[in-house]
Amino acid sequence: MYKYDEYDHSIVAARIDEFRDQVRRRLEGHMTEDQFKPLRLMNGLYLQLHAYMLRVAVPYGTMDSRQMRMLGRIARKYDRGYGHFTTRQNIQFNWIKLADTPEILEELATVEMHAIQTSGNCIRNISSDQFAGAAADEVTDPRPWAELLRQWSTFHPEFTYLPRKFKIAVIASDTDRAAMRLHDIGIQIVKNDAGELGGRIYVGGGMGRTPMIAPLIKDFVPFADFISYLEACLRVYNRYGRRDNIYKARIKILIHELGADKYREEVEAEFQAVKQLGIDPPQAEFDRIAAHFAPPAFETGLSDAIDRSDPNFAAWVDQNVSAHKAAGYAVVTVSLKPTGGIPGDASADQIDIMADLAERFSFNELRVTHAQNIVLPHVAKHDLFRVYQMLAHAGLAEANLDLISDIIACPGLDYCSLANARSIPVAQKIAQRFADLDRQRELGELKLKISGCINACGHHHAGHIGILGVDRKGTENFQLLFGGSGAEDVSLGKITGPGFSEDGIVDAIEKATNVYLAQRDRGERFVDTYRRIGMEPFKEAIYG
Amino acid sequence: MKILTGNDLVTGDVTWWTGEGWSRHIEDAKDVGDQGDILAQVEEAARRVNTPYVIDAEATPEGPRPAHIKDRIRALGPTVRPDLTLKPADPNAGSWVI
Repeated sequence: MYKYDEYDHSIVAARIDEFRDQVRRRLEGHMTEDQFKPLRLMNGLYLQLHAYMLRVAVPYGTMDSRQMRMLGRIARKYDRGYGHFTTRQNIQFNWIKLADTPEILEELATVEMHAIQTSGNCIRNISSDQFAGAAADEVTDPRPWAELLRQWSTFHPEFTYLPRKFKIAVIASDTDRAAMRLHDIGIQIVKNDAGELGGRIYVGGGMGRTPMIAPLIKDFVPFADFISYLEACLRVYNRYGRRDNIYKARIKILIHELGADKYREEVEAEFQAVKQLGIDPPQAEFDRIAAHFAPPAFETGLSDAIDRSDPNFAAWVDQNVSAHKAAGYAVVTVSLKPTGGIPGDASADQIDIMADLAERFSFNELRVTHAQNIVLPHVAKHDLFRVYQMLAHAGLAEANLDLISDIIACPGLDYCSLANARSIPVAQKIAQRFADLDRQRELGELKLKISGCINACGHHHAGHIGILGVDRKGTENFQLLFGGSGAEDVSLGKITGPGFSEDGIVDAIEKATNVYLAQRDRGERFVDTYRRIGMEPFKEAIYG
Repeated sequence: MKILTGNDLVTGDVTWWTGEGWSRHIEDAKDVGDQGDILAQVEEAARRVNTPYVIDAEATPEGPRPAHIKDRIRALGPTVRPDLTLKPADPNAGSWVI
């Protein structure tokens, strides 16, 4: 875990003092809402449907138990007893009072947390692979690279007022668990033929109104040029990005209009100038950061055997437990998707329990996933049953990771002022329709993602099945998409046809799964069958 | 009818103009006729409300019912957490929204 140095502490403390004064001036009438709004947004404070909402950053999704407990404390003391984990690996609190906000930020700072880079047209909180540091398939831990980017991007004076928000993801394995190519910049840390680590840089991806998959811009950027190259990528965007039209302001539009080759040329020219500035950190600085992410002291000689005599436990192991790089250890994903529950929500008590489990069984570490679940990254296999039992006692042992009920859903019209339709009730109805876990397992990996508006916080473009809620003459209507993926087989979903009512969309999905079951070849997932047979058989079943 | 709504500056709570002040309960909302925009300006300047706006609503025996679902959800609370709405004991409260 990265630990703040004196600079981190001082800039966060200074930001809280500044915001406390801004809140005071707003409450005393010295600022209008128009003047205050951009300032509160820079501190993660939104005004949503029912109240202020505070979004707290979880850099690259990594937390320790102390930080997780603080989130539980915030939920209990300042909110209504729960928090909502988001698709940016952050957490949102939905019922915050303006006057409490400086105090909340002060409490967060005591555990090295903040709400910086969770809103505004800046480089947002860097996201990463939730299995980082534990994954058996990674070439290195991507988090030191992500932390380096956090330090580079936090309060970067040139990139505080970009044309639009800017999202970066960093991974270090061929398996993409972070929707890397659907980011403004996606970075895969790779090894070159000489065994050196560097970044493979994709630029111009994103979801939202105009979804795009980021093209490859540079195959390998060595560490020595890493920050300069990214600085050049941002500078070109900052110079040419469309500030005149919010719908065309993301970097994906710039690259689409320029073309990847022209953008690359511009970046290379800018890089030659930036490189002279000497902004790339020395290797020693990277090593200092990386030391914070040194692997924990794994016990050696542990058995890989797991007693699978309890069938429910065995099912959970099969679904929610993943391979770890250290013998005798495993990665546990805690599902925040109980049948009929709200995807990504956890009560303060559940947050505390996950913190306790991390402290006792996972070297004090937790991760937030972009799929709105929580990971215990380093659990000894001989502890798995105890962890499972404690999770089950807390209602957190749903064995549905990557199954149809492991739904990504944005807060939708139940909470969000931008939404056109409610996402959560649709997710609940689908989960209830497919509540039988045997049926879910029979369907296999099926990533279902729901957004309540075109902004696509629920990643509907990247769902094997995607749902987009729209407002049709004041009535909620739901468009259906098939064929998206945010993984290494990245693709964008296609709309099936006319939309559905809330109940109609559940029926349509059931019919689609029936087509899949009837037509799948051995080993095919839903999305594989869709890609092979195309949209028509599904449309016939749904609309016929 | 036209009614005026916004959020409380300090708490963020959804509030409704009652003719004399602001209430959390839409049942208290009064028709503002064509005075909504000027009322909004005055009340916002006095910091008694944040980002007020006028909406269309239907007058019903139970009180005003906003024309748009977004404002009906604002009036009640999240439909997926009945316990956090203004009518946690009313099992039919959600049907008023839909």
